Amino acid sequence: MIKNLNFLGKPNRDKLNLFISIGSTLFLLGIVDVTLNSFFEINITSFLPKWINYFTPILFGFLGLYYLRIDFSGNIRLDSLNKNINSNWFNSLLTLLIIFALIQNIPPLLNWLFFDANFVGETKEECTGSGACWIFIKIWFPRLIYGLYPNAEIWRINLSFILLIASVISLFYLPQKLKKYMIIFLLFIFPFIMINLISGGNFGLKWVETIAWGGLSLTFIISIFALIFCFPIGMFLALGRRSSTPVTRYSSIGFIEFWRGVPLITVLFMASVMFPMFLPDGTYMDKLVRVIIAITLFEAAYMAEVIRGGLQALPKGQYDAGKSLGMGYWKLHLLVILPQALKLVIPGIANTFLALVKDTPLILVVGLLELVGMIDMAKTNPDWLGFATEGYVFAGIIFWIICFSMSRYSQSLERKYKTDR
Amino acid sequence: MDIKDTTKSFIGFFEGNSKLKKYLPQVLIVAFIVFIFGYFAYNAQVNMDNRGIDFGLRFLGEEASFDIQFSLIEYSGASTYARAYLVGLLNTILVASIGIVFATILGVVIGISRLSPNYLISKVAEIYIELFRNIPLLLQLFFWYFAALRALPLPIEAINFFDVAYLSVKGLYVPKFIWTNFSVFLYSLVAAIVAIVFVFKYARNQQEQTGRQIPSFFISIGMIVLFPFLTFLVGGVSLNFEYPKLTQLSETIFNFIGGVSIIPELMALAAALSLYTATFIAECVRAGIMGVGKGQKEAAASLGLTPAQILKLVVMPQALRIIIPPTTNQYLNLTKNSSLAAAIAYPDIVLVFAGTAMMQTGRAIEIVSITMLTYLSLSIAISIFMNWYNKKIAIKEK
Amino acid sequence: MSDQIIQMQQVSKWFGDFQVLKDVNLEVSSKQKIVVCGPSGSGKSTLIRCINRLEEHQKGKIIVDGTELTENTKNIEKIRAEVGMVFQQFNLFPHLSVVDNCALAPIWVKKMPKKKAEELAMEQLEQVHIVDQAKKFPGQLSGGQQQRAAIARALCMKPKIMLFDEPTSALDPEMIKEVLDVMVELAKGGMTMIVVTHEMGFAKEVADQMIFMDEGMIVEKASTKEFFANPKSDRTKLFLSQIL
Repeated sequence: MIKNLNFLGKPNRDKLNLFISIGSTLFLLGIVDVTLNSFFEINITSFLPKWINYFTPILFGFLGLYYLRIDFSGNIRLDSLNKNINSNWFNSLLTLLIIFALIQNIPPLLNWLFFDANFVGETKEECTGSGACWIFIKIWFPRLIYGLYPNAEIWRINLSFILLIASVISLFYLPQKLKKYMIIFLLFIFPFIMINLISGGNFGLKWVETIAWGGLSLTFIISIFALIFCFPIGMFLALGRRSSTPVTRYSSIGFIEFWRGVPLITVLFMASVMFPMFLPDGTYMDKLVRVIIAITLFEAAYMAEVIRGGLQALPKGQYDAGKSLGMGYWKLHLLVILPQALKLVIPGIANTFLALVKDTPLILVVGLLELVGMIDMAKTNPDWLGFATEGYVFAGIIFWIICFSMSRYSQSLERKYKTDR
Repeated sequence: MDIKDTTKSFIGFFEGNSKLKKYLPQVLIVAFIVFIFGYFAYNAQVNMDNRGIDFGLRFLGEEASFDIQFSLIEYSGASTYARAYLVGLLNTILVASIGIVFATILGVVIGISRLSPNYLISKVAEIYIELFRNIPLLLQLFFWYFAALRALPLPIEAINFFDVAYLSVKGLYVPKFIWTNFSVFLYSLVAAIVAIVFVFKYARNQQEQTGRQIPSFFISIGMIVLFPFLTFLVGGVSLNFEYPKLTQLSETIFNFIGGVSIIPELMALAAALSLYTATFIAECVRAGIMGVGKGQKEAAASLGLTPAQILKLVVMPQALRIIIPPTTNQYLNLTKNSSLAAAIAYPDIVLVFAGTAMMQTGRAIEIVSITMLTYLSLSIAISIFMNWYNKKIAIKEK
Repeated sequence: MSDQIIQMQQVSKWFGDFQVLKDVNLEVSSKQKIVVCGPSGSGKSTLIRCINRLEEHQKGKIIVDGTELTENTKNIEKIRAEVGMVFQQFNLFPHLSVVDNCALAPIWVKKMPKKKAEELAMEQLEQVHIVDQAKKFPGQLSGGQQQRAAIARALCMKPKIMLFDEPTSALDPEMIKEVLDVMVELAKGGMTMIVVTHEMGFAKEVADQMIFMDEGMIVEKASTKEFFANPKSDRTKLFLSQIL
């Protein structure tokens, strides 16, 4: 059918320049039409009846791409472009739709985010533009990061994190011998330092109750603690599940399947409402501690399955070799099996960490206000109603940066360890 | 010196005695578990005595005396807690089913797009996946519920779909189906399905005997449209609609009366669950299709099979084996994630039962346990099914 | 001329910028056995994959059994039904048993009744001496058995031409012989064969014509005797000295 419409003949390389010029002109005409329509309200084809008018950009673009679809034109760029986005009519249609959708939506989005947005000011009234009111975020920023922690003591949170980052970075530069000590420091000693610094009560630091902890710093605190402890617990569970003794194996399976079968929200409810019933009357365990324990056990179950995958993937020959060298169970696993198994499942471990960070916002259902919870609080503040979108976009950007960087880092780790083998 | 020696000899005795090595840890674990449970149970008993509550499930028969905003079955404040549980359960199943359907469709489309040789298409799919995967589900849910759906217009200016459905900040209103002789319609569907089964059997038989291929797919589609259609003509089945109508409820409040209302909570939850889970399903689909080696398609093509036949006979059977287990896992995750309903007041089982009911009765242990058990049973059922399925279709190896 | 079952005229192919086939000319007569050899990257696999359109050529003409090979799908399917191919990686369908692997194409392409197709499959499996493995799955077979099954699968379509793309390169040494034996029997039965391989012993026994390719061009084309006794080009001599 199209061949009948085509009085110029099928696009081929003989009249290359003719086809390229016609095709490009039509294609650009389509793009210009869409742009004029969306942003300047100008309709260059308004003389056509309404229903054709709506589709003219697509018609132009489609015809343009048809004329550009020259088999074996000899022009390398044109050929690769054709094979890629213009290989048949369906493909070219999708290409056009995507390009047009981008043209219509990206500029308004950029407008809202940057060009029409308000960055300068102190009060709600100064948010006059039609864009985002970033003043809202600016004013609330300390609360979003530190929660309700007293302003005068914020230096303590900063100090803990600086210490953490410095220790982790030093891991990359320390010689092999000292690395071991740094890891032991990070895993065993640092948590104590952090707890003391942040909650205070000792060493002359003012006591800050855990209810006041909040914001992004709380997200990190929970993630770090859960990360550190769910890993060893997960390892034990994974080993236990592969044990030959029935009691160990079945209790591990039961434990793992229990935590994996229930949603995190019910676990949090259990920690905050049900668990106090199991403690002797009168004793009180801090809610944050209960929540951290619950999250840790929850993630440990998933971690156990990931590690088990690694243990299973390891060739049996490794076990045989170690045993024949006279290694007992623990030596075998600590020196031979686990190092290799863990390398195999780096993406799985990173995924579990990522899931953990993404799960932290759930604690707002039990009244702990990390970043998303603080945004909820900020947006319902009577002075600042109506900025829910700005708040959630901001939180979304923060989380996205964190999670995306973690997944990229884990991919690079995976590549690094793959080449080792 | 003494202690060191004693410890050494103890360890030596322990290492040497293999029976002890085998049984002692197990005994310890059992003792530990018994101790923990006993400790918890004792404390719980004491605590409950102090509060004057007794442990038991009889409260389920008591009157709930709270309302539920959205329910698929009859429910009122006078219904029992057990019924409230049922309403919550049905709402959970409803939102999970909707989520699973849309997540699957979207996930398959995006997974396939990711593999397209068209740079634009695959990049768009990649951006979608990276965007929606790295933002917490709760945050996405909040965005849809508090930001996106709140921006919808008031009922007076509701978005109008051909005058039969309306979308406003109060929800999506669609016409209500009012059937006459619905049972006849249902029977015709059943009859169509039975007929389709026979058509497929006959077609396969024909192919085995004579090699002739019957287009059973198109025949099935024809039948499933035709049979019910016939019931409208001759079976006395008719379908009327109750359309939502904009009515003035008070001086300033307008809303739609009639028809079926789909509350914004349900829409936001279904949207967030679908968009989020679709990213994971897309990756499963992509892994499945990539997992079928290029050589398989080449070998099939070199035998003369058409692209449609290659897809049906060679690629899909192998790809599905890779796709189905992790995808079923994602379905389970979606169902568990539907518990986030508690954060936006969609009356699912967590909000209704472990939320409102528990606040009213104070029976934390029973209620949280029942809720967890519900989800656990679902997980275990799916696990068992998965194990059976994997064993059944496993490609045999040496 | 009418005896020529394959004609390739001035065939060129590019992968992007890289030209992998440079103006190749080739004529194959019915019942002829041709062995194509050459260093890796010389285009030998690409050459035979163009014959059943697993690769598309950009310039030149390919005519198989009277039908020209173009983008016309009807022609492509017609040609593929007459040309069988055996791959280096076997490419058996892992989810089907061996007999189902062989019966698949006859049932779905030739629309044969299932029973007849299965009988045909068993016949071919008998020919390659693995009829006792018929109900097993590819994953349960050794490499040599899998390749023989692959040969049977291609033979079930009753092709006029059989293409072999390095059929023994992925096999353990002790299994190469069983596959080569089957190929020798096939050759003796009168099949037109084009084989890309390094197995010179097989070539000497079976080939009518030897083709040496290097850098996308046919460097030398000669009868087997001539080829091994009197290679003309220096490159051929170098290659043979490295291989023999």
